[in-house]
Amino acid sequence: MANQAYQRIYTQLEGITKATVSLRAKGVSNDELAVVSGKLAQVVRTKGDLVTLQIFSGTEGIPTDAEVTFLGEPPVLKVSDQLSGRFFDAYGHPIDGGPEIEGEERQIGGPSVNPYKRRQPSQLIPTGIAGIDLNNTLVSGQKIPFFADPDQPYNQVMADVALRADVDKIILGGMGLSNDDYLFFRNSFEAAGALDKIICFINTTENPPVERLLIPDMALTAAEYFAVEKNEKVLVLLTDMTLYADALSIVSNRMDQIPSKDSMPGSLYSDLAKIYEKAVQLPTEGSITIIAVTTLNDGDITHAIPDNTGYITEGQLFLRADSDSGKVIIDPFRSLSRLKQLVQGKKTREDHSQVMNASVRLYADAQNAKSKLENGFDLSDYDLRCLAYAKEYATRLLAIDVNISITEMLDTAWELFARHFSPAETGIKQALIDKYWKN
Amino acid sequence: MKTKGTVTGIVSNLVTVQVDGPVAENEICYIDLQGVKMMAEVIKVSGKSASVQVFESTRGLKNGDTVEFEGRMLEATLGPGLLSSVYDGLQNDLTTMEGVFLKRGEYTDPLDHGKRWDFMPLAAPGDKVVAADWLGEVREGWLPHKIMVPFAFKGEYTVKSVQPAGQYDIDTVIAVLTDAEGEDVPVTMTQKWPVKVAIKGYKEKPRPDRIMETGVRVIDTLNPIAEGGTGFIPGPFGCGKTVLQHAIAKQGDADVIVMAACGERANEVVEIFTEFPELIDPHTGRHLMERTTIICNTSNMPVAAREASVYTAMTICEYYRAMGLKCLLLADSTSRWAQALREMSNRMEELPGADAFPVDLSAIISNFYARAGMVILNNGQRGAVTFIGTVSPAGGNLKEPVTESTKKAARCFYALEQNRADQKRYPAVGPLESYSKYLDYPEIAQYLDETVEKGWVDKVKTAKNIIRRGKEASEQINILGDDGVPMSYHVNFWKSELVDFVILQQDAFDAVDSLCPLERQRFMLDLVLGICEKDFDFDDFEKCRAFFKDLINELRQMNYSEFKSEQFYAYNQTVNQLVA
Repeated sequence: MANQAYQRIYTQLEGITKATVSLRAKGVSNDELAVVSGKLAQVVRTKGDLVTLQIFSGTEGIPTDAEVTFLGEPPVLKVSDQLSGRFFDAYGHPIDGGPEIEGEERQIGGPSVNPYKRRQPSQLIPTGIAGIDLNNTLVSGQKIPFFADPDQPYNQVMADVALRADVDKIILGGMGLSNDDYLFFRNSFEAAGALDKIICFINTTENPPVERLLIPDMALTAAEYFAVEKNEKVLVLLTDMTLYADALSIVSNRMDQIPSKDSMPGSLYSDLAKIYEKAVQLPTEGSITIIAVTTLNDGDITHAIPDNTGYITEGQLFLRADSDSGKVIIDPFRSLSRLKQLVQGKKTREDHSQVMNASVRLYADAQNAKSKLENGFDLSDYDLRCLAYAKEYATRLLAIDVNISITEMLDTAWELFARHFSPAETGIKQALIDKYWKN
Repeated sequence: MKTKGTVTGIVSNLVTVQVDGPVAENEICYIDLQGVKMMAEVIKVSGKSASVQVFESTRGLKNGDTVEFEGRMLEATLGPGLLSSVYDGLQNDLTTMEGVFLKRGEYTDPLDHGKRWDFMPLAAPGDKVVAADWLGEVREGWLPHKIMVPFAFKGEYTVKSVQPAGQYDIDTVIAVLTDAEGEDVPVTMTQKWPVKVAIKGYKEKPRPDRIMETGVRVIDTLNPIAEGGTGFIPGPFGCGKTVLQHAIAKQGDADVIVMAACGERANEVVEIFTEFPELIDPHTGRHLMERTTIICNTSNMPVAAREASVYTAMTICEYYRAMGLKCLLLADSTSRWAQALREMSNRMEELPGADAFPVDLSAIISNFYARAGMVILNNGQRGAVTFIGTVSPAGGNLKEPVTESTKKAARCFYALEQNRADQKRYPAVGPLESYSKYLDYPEIAQYLDETVEKGWVDKVKTAKNIIRRGKEASEQINILGDDGVPMSYHVNFWKSELVDFVILQQDAFDAVDSLCPLERQRFMLDLVLGICEKDFDFDDFEKCRAFFKDLINELRQMNYSEFKSEQFYAYNQTVNQLVA
């Protein structure tokens, strides 16, 4: 591309901020890439002949007489089967020492799937974790984030889920990943012997934050190639979307945009939706499932990032430390899988949804009993039974270190019901009680 | 001569255009991107510079690209064939588009021009007619679809000729009208109407005087919505907004349902495509899809078209209302539309209002809600557009601009509560915060007296009071402890739990419980209130709890049983024995 005839070189910058530069140039197209002093940049605004460029790796050291070359097209990724098993940076360049990829160039952040051409997700993704499979069953084509405080082991859980899921490709988009976490993913994929079905696009904390903006689109462009053209089941892991949103706010701030809630850009919802809505069940077997991580500040889900995410994704998996069991659990109250009813009782046993609701309701009663206890009141017999149940429920079903089949999860729940409650106290339909109650 | 222009600035989907002639606010233009024509709408004009919002991605657009103005606003195409269609926000037919991905600049026709319809004339030569009067009728599914004098026609016309009964396509001239000047005007089965302008063409818009049944107890019994009324459902994510809306769409007593998926998840629309064709309308026994039009502008589709989608949907409803039909418009979610307005306002560097929303947000929302309503047509028949919108308040906080503006405009308020959702008490509509102003309408009270039961509104108020008393009791119990309060507090609390579990809560995924007709709602409320009227005394609160838990369990089993079945009466019998 270096010597194309239309290439224009400019050397006079009019303005520089931490993330953007502006200059006068003609014939520039929206979203097009440019190189400024050797750094990759993208056109984000034109006003008359004044062009604003977002510099992905930051503007440190860019002088006002920097050489600016426009490349004539938006960011692209070369796609082919050679992507499998490889590690790339945010620009799609290999970082594993391997050769460059040969393949067809695709513009990243491409068009949306016609909603009418989608199919309803219907394939269960079992993970062995009861907090997910029993209470918040995942379905291929779904998009769902982990909501977790930074001290939770979200990356480990995500790696477990990915490796247990029955998928053809796992694509990791790492944004602001610590080097240790990057190596953790690499080692767990390697140890599981799954490297051939892994593709990673990595931006670590050592890389500039604005580069992160490219990661989800890179990962999803690769995912679309395998899902649409190869009819594969693709699982995309995006961690950490909070750092992605932070990068968005940096750019919008430098462009003098009026911030909305929590200093986030007003377009945050659309920006995130564009990414998450790439999750799809195609009319063919192909599908893209997105599991992401949104880190929270002290469990606050009302912050603009988790809040907007929650409105976009099909549920969320909320990790928290549980004092009863001493384990990290998937919080049954704050977690939700919106697609669970598409598989519960259809791909799983008929009692699934009633058992799930009853077990969570009883767990809620236990929380009430707990607050009574904390307030110094006497506990009733029912309260005591709820508390005993809650401890077992958290340890044997909610903890993230559980790895059993869904039928075993249901049987475990019935066992706990029978040990602590009468059939009427569970509020389950009589027909199911008659069939499954363990005497 | 069309006005032309050239692009002079681009920020995301806001493009500024230097124009060479007159342009109008909300005028449609096409931007030429290397042969691809992208639709855009004028949202601001300043001197020779027009700001337009582009309904597509502007990637690759350059300064200097050419623009052509159309001299019209964004229009909906109206005619037989709208029902069971799936459109995007600009009314492109999504089902006829090629390929898996949406392509820029691909616009498809909303109506099938080849299909022939069985036409019956309703007017005769010599008749005097005005806009929206009926000239003829075709069968669309099982609905009589009226062919009307186009809404844009001004003044009185005389019918010169009408086609005899027969099969015609939508482009056939089915009538010729003569205007006051003696000029002949042909009329086909289709017409266009600018979506941002309300369709009038009716005699009057009286206050709503009857309720629209939804089969959802917490709505019909506690906070009924009127036919031609307005309501909104705000709630944090995960509280069951969509499930509730889909339940209303499936069960609502309306002839026509338009669902506008505005900036929401694509999979939710897919659920409608997949499930509705299988489902039967409980009121007519016909396939649900036959009465449903879907307008879908999902969250990943171009932002500017979100705003268009709700207007297109409303226009289609108003069109069917003019035929004397009952229409129900569901928009999910109006917050996304408000956010689209915010994004544009922000890019135009307007001074922001609260939370960076445009300052006229409140006016825009109330204007839109005002388009709903029950009307009396020129020929004396009734038509109605009932509108229910959802709102997605940021952080679940109802003190935000979209919720507050909507609260001023809508007359029913269905507040979804996080703590009810956490406890899986679905639908999570808060019984005390939610309201229906229609319960205060004397004409509605009279209607309920006649159709449900004498004194019904008082019963509803009694039920709400039981919940209120229960809440107060529960607060006291929490402060003073189980032993620290008199037994009557426990009884009051459990009576409110009884109303909560049996009337408020409803299993949207259970084949029987999901749809509860008014007659059944009456039966259950009478039963529950009858129990609540009784005095109970217990030796200790444990016994009180156990008694009511058993009672609730039996009543819930009733909810799961077919109405008036043997099983239903058997559980009813047990309930009666328990409280005897």
